[in-house]
Amino acid sequence: MRVARIWAWITFGIGAAYFFIPLIATLEFSMRMRRGEYSFDAYRIVLGDERFQATFGYSVVVAIFTILLGVLVVVPTAYWIRLRMPQLRPIVEFITLLPLIIPAIVIVFGYIRMYGSNSPLPFLGSARGTDVLLIIGYATLALPYMYRAVDTGLRTIDVRTLTEAAQILGAGWATIIARIILPNVLIAVLSGAFLTFAIVIGEFTMASLLNRPAFGPYLQNIGANRAYEPAALAVIAFAITWGCMSVIQILSRFAPRSASAPAN
Amino acid sequence: MTDISVSGSIRQSTPRAGQRVRLPTQWLGVAPFFIFALMFLILPTTYLILGAFQNDAGEFTLENIAALSRPSIVNAYWISIRISFTSAILGALVGLAIAIAIVRGGLPPWVRSATMTFSGVASNFAGVPLAFAFLATLGRLGLVTVLLNTLAGFNIYSTGFNILSFWGLTLTYLYFQIPLMVVIITPAIDGLKREWGEAAATLGATQFQYWRMVAIPVLWPSFLGTVVLLFANAFGAIATAYALTGSSLNIVPILLYAQIRGDVLHNPHLGYALAFGMIFITGLANVLYLWFRTRSERWLK
Repeated sequence: MRVARIWAWITFGIGAAYFFIPLIATLEFSMRMRRGEYSFDAYRIVLGDERFQATFGYSVVVAIFTILLGVLVVVPTAYWIRLRMPQLRPIVEFITLLPLIIPAIVIVFGYIRMYGSNSPLPFLGSARGTDVLLIIGYATLALPYMYRAVDTGLRTIDVRTLTEAAQILGAGWATIIARIILPNVLIAVLSGAFLTFAIVIGEFTMASLLNRPAFGPYLQNIGANRAYEPAALAVIAFAITWGCMSVIQILSRFAPRSASAPAN
Repeated sequence: MTDISVSGSIRQSTPRAGQRVRLPTQWLGVAPFFIFALMFLILPTTYLILGAFQNDAGEFTLENIAALSRPSIVNAYWISIRISFTSAILGALVGLAIAIAIVRGGLPPWVRSATMTFSGVASNFAGVPLAFAFLATLGRLGLVTVLLNTLAGFNIYSTGFNILSFWGLTLTYLYFQIPLMVVIITPAIDGLKREWGEAAATLGATQFQYWRMVAIPVLWPSFLGTVVLLFANAFGAIATAYALTGSSLNIVPILLYAQIRGDVLHNPHLGYALAFGMIFITGLANVLYLWFRTRSERWLK
């Protein structure tokens, strides 16, 4: 057993080295901008860059709309599947897994060919339409994660009883979903939302091919033209991802474990 | 329970009329989802797949698929498959080793929770920023390159290593492949029941025999399944490679990217065929994954 423990420490140590060295190297590199001393110049330049603020702001707005769209598509469906149409579950689960099978670049390629300005649905005819298409594309990318998060959340509440109770009190479907189901799976939805945010904020392929001024293409552009700023941006991006994952972990502590322990 | 539910009460009061009305309204609840999936996932993909089998006049043809056998395209697929496969296998093996170490290695509990948290972050840390991180580490001016050169007098670039190459990209992909493996496989290792180890020990098995004859056969399907998932994960990725190498490394997603931007293959339908080839390969990988998963779940219940 002692030998096993030594091996376990060695494995863990090598793994930790592989994962921490790039982080340390990036941090160190990002502070090398001023000759001969460490400074936060690269960060100051990046954060003060107008294009950084504009593209980051754009991506945050797109991420928020993506989350809203994702919730709007996923929550009623997952709820309805659980309540009324469990026979559809395998089909819906398969569809939500499709974005893992079809690469993002292929999906967006399809959009470009199908929704061009001459098509019946000319999303790409205007900048606003292209924004909408980008949000839709991101919602499909996030679909596997959002659906799983919401479905796990629904598993912990007694959907049927809550629905019946609400119906007896005269609630309609919209009221039930918005005021009964959604609050009860809010923690699961928020987990899915933060994961969506982490995926969407720096996404490159779709934004670049749809020519939208998002954070991902900006990152790529800086990477091709600057020396120290990319490292600073990588540190910022890692911090954002870390922040999203931490929020998800904190949220999971508040999540109800089973239907017998209702979430109130 | 169904008796008090609304569907039940409708059925009781007006059996026939109720059923006729109920069917479409029931479907109404899932209609938005299916319309969304159809319009923005299934139809666009189908459009490309059909386009791959058509010529400019819209007639059926296999020419586009046959044109994929151009050396430059075959080469791109081959490099893509090799990078994805290598990073998947290495990522799976290293991830498995780390997962075994944190679950069964007798390490303090904080090691496990820290590893799992970090894996959750690192498996989502991909794309352009990851490329920056590796350029800052192993690029020509990267910390590790410089340190090795000044401290040990060893120039890794003199060995032919280049971050903009096959191994450079594979090493970079491992940064999200290994954590993804850890996240997926740790529950499977948790599923190895302690009783199996005790039973094996009672029958006189050594630790080695326990792993060879009990643990590995049980883990095998989920291991292979995850390898396939990691493969598809790397195969469709473009942002990291593009930010790292520009268009100097000829992998399929980068070729497709260039084709979408500027029709570099001078044949739109060849672009469709390229996309079809990608879906075909990742689809095949995922069919294998689902097959392995149904096999492994039999043991891990």
